[in-house]
Order: sequence, then C-alpha cells, then structure tokens
Amino acid sequence: MTVANATTTDLILPKPSSRGVGPRSFRVEPSRTTRTVILGIVGIFFLVPVFGMVEFALRVGQPVNGLQTYGFSHFVAVFDPVNSGTYSVLFQGIVNSLGICAITVAIVLALLLPTMIFVELKFPRLRRVLEFICIIPVTIPSIVLVVGFVPVYSVVAGIFGSYPWTMAFAVGIIVLPYAYRPIAANLAAVEVVILSEASRSLGAGWSSVLWRVILPNLRRGILASCFITVAVVLGEYTIASFLSQNTFQTALVLIQHTDPYVAVIFSLFALLFVFVLLILIGRLGSGGRRNRRSA
Amino acid sequence: MTTTTRTAAMETTTTARGGATVELMNVVKDYAGHRALTGVNLSMAPGEFIALLGPSGCGKTTVLRALSGLESISDGRILIDGGDVANTPVNRRDIGMVFQAYSLFPHMTVMQNVEFGLRMRKVDAAARRSRAIEALEMVGLGHLGARYAHQLSGGQQQRVALARALVTRPRVLLLDEPLSALDAKVRVQLRDEIRRIQTDLGITTLFVTHDQEEALAVADRVAVMRDGNIEQVGSPEDLYTQPATSFVATFVGLSNAVDAELTGDTVSVFGTMLPLLGTGPENGQVTAFIRPEDISFATRGIPATVVVSSFLGSLRRTQVRLDDGTLLFVQHDVRMRPLTGETVHLELDGRPVAVSARAS
Repeated sequence: MTVANATTTDLILPKPSSRGVGPRSFRVEPSRTTRTVILGIVGIFFLVPVFGMVEFALRVGQPVNGLQTYGFSHFVAVFDPVNSGTYSVLFQGIVNSLGICAITVAIVLALLLPTMIFVELKFPRLRRVLEFICIIPVTIPSIVLVVGFVPVYSVVAGIFGSYPWTMAFAVGIIVLPYAYRPIAANLAAVEVVILSEASRSLGAGWSSVLWRVILPNLRRGILASCFITVAVVLGEYTIASFLSQNTFQTALVLIQHTDPYVAVIFSLFALLFVFVLLILIGRLGSGGRRNRRSA
Repeated sequence: MTTTTRTAAMETTTTARGGATVELMNVVKDYAGHRALTGVNLSMAPGEFIALLGPSGCGKTTVLRALSGLESISDGRILIDGGDVANTPVNRRDIGMVFQAYSLFPHMTVMQNVEFGLRMRKVDAAARRSRAIEALEMVGLGHLGARYAHQLSGGQQQRVALARALVTRPRVLLLDEPLSALDAKVRVQLRDEIRRIQTDLGITTLFVTHDQEEALAVADRVAVMRDGNIEQVGSPEDLYTQPATSFVATFVGLSNAVDAELTGDTVSVFGTMLPLLGTGPENGQVTAFIRPEDISFATRGIPATVVVSSFLGSLRRTQVRLDDGTLLFVQHDVRMRPLTGETVHLELDGRPVAVSARAS
C-alpha cells in the first residue's frame, strides 16, 4: 500500500505548490484579481461623481421632451470678458489661494525643514517629540482650531492687516502633519549624519554641507512635502470661512448660489490640478525606487 | 619623503605631501554621566600605520572621532605636526576619513565625489579633474568615474571613499572600520590595498578595527584599548608574544588562562617549570596565559581527553579537558586527527609565559 510505503517526511510535510510556496504560507501582496477588484471599486467610487460633475457642467439649457442638450457654453462663459465682473470674486479667490499656497510652502521650507534637519543632526533623541508636535494638528478638528485662531487673528490683523495671505500662518499649522511625513521619510532613507560628517571631514563648512549634500538628497521629500502642502491649502475651507477671507473655496461656495455650473467647472479644474500634483509625487517616489533597484 | 611609486600619476601625489606627527596627550572625553576616554596617550610617527584594536565600547572610535574633530574632547591635547588642533573644527583639520558605513554622496557621480574635497578647497576645475582621476586610478577605479554610488559594489564604494579621502593630500588618514561591512574575501583584498597605498603615500594613518587579524596584518603598531584607555601599544609581534596585561594576552590571539604558581622568574604550570615573560605580580598563585601553539601532544605528560577537534585549513585546533576539568586549546599539525573522547597526553613547550595576579 502507498501509505505503508510512505516515509515520515511524506506524511508530515506538505507538498510544495507549483509556485514553490507551501499551502500554509501567506502572500505578502494581494493577488492580481484582488487588486483589480479593489482598484475597480475605488475607481467607480471616485469617477462616478466626477462624471456627474462633467455631465452637469456640459448641460445647456433645460431638457426638452426629456432630452438634454450638451455643449461648452458654460466653459466659454467663464472666460468671456463680459462676465469678468460676475466671476471676479472667484478669480480673486484663486489668486488669494495661490498666494496662501506660496507663503505656506515658504513657511514649511523656512521653519519645518531646517528644524527637522537640525534635530536629525544634533538632537536625534528629539525626533519623536518633533513628530508628535507636527502630528497634533491632524488630531484636532479644524473647527476647534478656528475657534482658537479667531482671537489670535484679531492680533494678527492688528499687526499685518486683515489680508488673505495672513491665513498662511494658520494653514501652516494645519499642513504640518502632511508636510512633515515626506521629509521625515526621506531623512530616514538618507544617512544624513554620515553624509554631513563625511563632507565636513572633506573640508565643507555647514552651509556647504546643507546646500551641496543634504538638500540635494532631500529633494524628493521636499518636493512631495510642497505639493501636499499646496493640495491641502487648496482644500481648506473652514478657516477661510470663519476668518471671512475670500479664497478659492469660499468663492466657490459663494458663486454656486448664483451660477452652479461655474462652481462645478472650477471644482473640476481644482480636482484636475490636485490629481496632477499627486501624479508628480508618485513619479518622484517611483523614480527613487527605480534608482535603488538598479543598485 | 621617499616612497615607492607605482604610476606617474601617483608620483605627483606622493611627493606632494609627507606624513604628519600625531600626538594625543591625556585625552579625556566625557559624555553625560559616562567617561568614554580616561586619559589616552598615543604618539604616531610620520607615515606610521597604527591600528586601534579593542572590543565594542572600549572607546576606539571615540579616539578616532576626537582626532578628526567630529567629537570635542573634555580635556587633554591633540597635536598634529606639533600644532594643537583640539579646538580646530573638523573641516579645518586637514584630515582624510573613511567611514564604516558607505558614505559616498548618492546624488553625485564617483568623479564628483572624489572632487568634492578639492572643490571645498577651491582648486580650479582642471587640477581638480586631473587629481581626481589620479586618485581613482590609485584605487583601481579610474574607469568608473561616471557611475553613481548605487551602481557600485560595497568594496568599490569603499575604494572610492578612500580615493576621496586621499585626493586632498591630508596630513592624517583616519579609517573607522572601513572593512567591516564587506564580505571576507573583499575585506582581505581591500585591507592589503589600503596597506599598499598607505605605504606608497607615506601618510600617517590611524585604523580602527575590532578584528585582531586585520589589525595584526596591516599595522606597523597596534594599540589595544580597553575601558577608555590604551592598554598596550606595540608591534604585532610584541603584542602577541609579550602581552603586557592579561587582557592583551586574552584579547590578542587565543590564550589558555590556567592556574599557575609564580616563584621568582619561574612559573609552575601543571608541574612544568616555565620562564616568566616580562614582569609578574608577587610570588604565589597567578593566572598564566599559554598560547595553543605552545602546547603539543606527547606520548607521556599531562593526561587529557579530547572534547572536539576543528579543521582550520592549514592547521587543526583541538579542545581537550584535563582531569581537573580545565579546558585547553591545543594547536597542532593538520595531519594529526584526534578523535572525540580519545585520551591524549600533553606537554608544554618551554617558551616564556605571561602571568597576571589571579582574580579573586
């Protein structure tokens, strides 16, 4: 009989599968089918409202006998000089938002980045403390932050005036968790201490160490951090609304009361812009992985 | 200075700079609540290659980092060519350093890495390029100048790091366990390469390692460190044959620590009288350190039982247990193959033996 002839090994050990993986082993990655299904569901979840927005923005007039006419008349109207007065609030909001983006990115680059590098080089034990401080804003709802910001901004307005760009101070705190993470990941991947010591031993002063060695190696983290900062700023509504500032988001809400088509069109543009930013971040990340793989 | 040059390119480098004298005088380094260096004294002659050897945490890397300027010192003096550099920042000490971890700048090519130190010294572009090529040829990587660090093997990266450290013609070369991340074969190759280049250039070199074979193989002198200070400095032969302390005797090479009795200049070990090596403690019970190669098998003598025998290529090392339970290592001809459990007899060769006071 076969069983009688079987060795102990035959009876106890499972046969390896055709792919060389035992039946009890776990796959690190989901199968291709699982990934496709997940991607499909997420894609539908994302695309259905986008298609709805596109369909809505392309409508021309009311349905006649149940038939809807489509065209680009609302898109053309946005850029028609005749309507410049109507949409000036929106365009001014876009300009204000871009200004806030620029100042917020500057705050990240001027304050957060040097602090992170300094902590990494000189006080690595404070890394956790810095991480905790940077993550705190994500745990506090915006509305709660705004309640705290309002009295602070009465002082800010007294010093700088009540300009939209002053919102960058508040938004700079909101974006901390998102701006911190990519730089932290990049710092962890690069041996900053070793590289700085090597460059110092070769005669470089601290400014050369920073500009010639550390920053070029943190380029991906810094760019990703800046893009995410821009994306977060473009999605921020609560603070601008409560501080009564005209930004892209508040202007959209305002204009949708009179022209919902234009509000949807600009929402689509904003989505497209952030989508491109995310693709750029993804490209930067995969570029790094490709380089490492070739080693 | 006069050195043997291998290429015309190297000749330029070798004649340009000689080795410096280095002196560490009573160097103390305190961390919070911990004294890492307890008054280190070390003198290096121009062109000398000294290996700092010691167990993990003994302070050898701290000595090297203090000499480089990467660590400040709490007390003492560090002299290079007679000038006190204790308060000179690392980028102005004119030293070359190769690190344990791969430290090439990832965003630069090999050529740019090697040129970096020259760029910091504002050397003009043409001279920079030619000197970088010289340095790369010196380490045998002249053809890889356009590659990035991630396109090189570990051994190649450390060679580039060596070229980068040497291209500025530093006064002192510091090597912080540069071979420890490499596999055994590459480690031996690069070790010999470092020694050859160091000899050619005549640059004063401090080499930190925890690998005694590495230290004994490359260094003119070896400084054995323990607990933040140097226990003994000497030639590899001196350290091995005349260890100054029991720590050196056990740390450098393999020693059998056995009970013995000291009377004047004579040490009684297992009933065999051996001459004392150097000076010993007061007469009485001591610990003697006997090298495995100083014990041999005999037809009569000290009875023992074979525990295990290991084949080590050109020799064989056998562990035996004496009747009183003492375990000894015996190093012998590879053709003798003692079997586990076999009864053998040992005799001690009459070489002088180091002793220390027996630990209570």
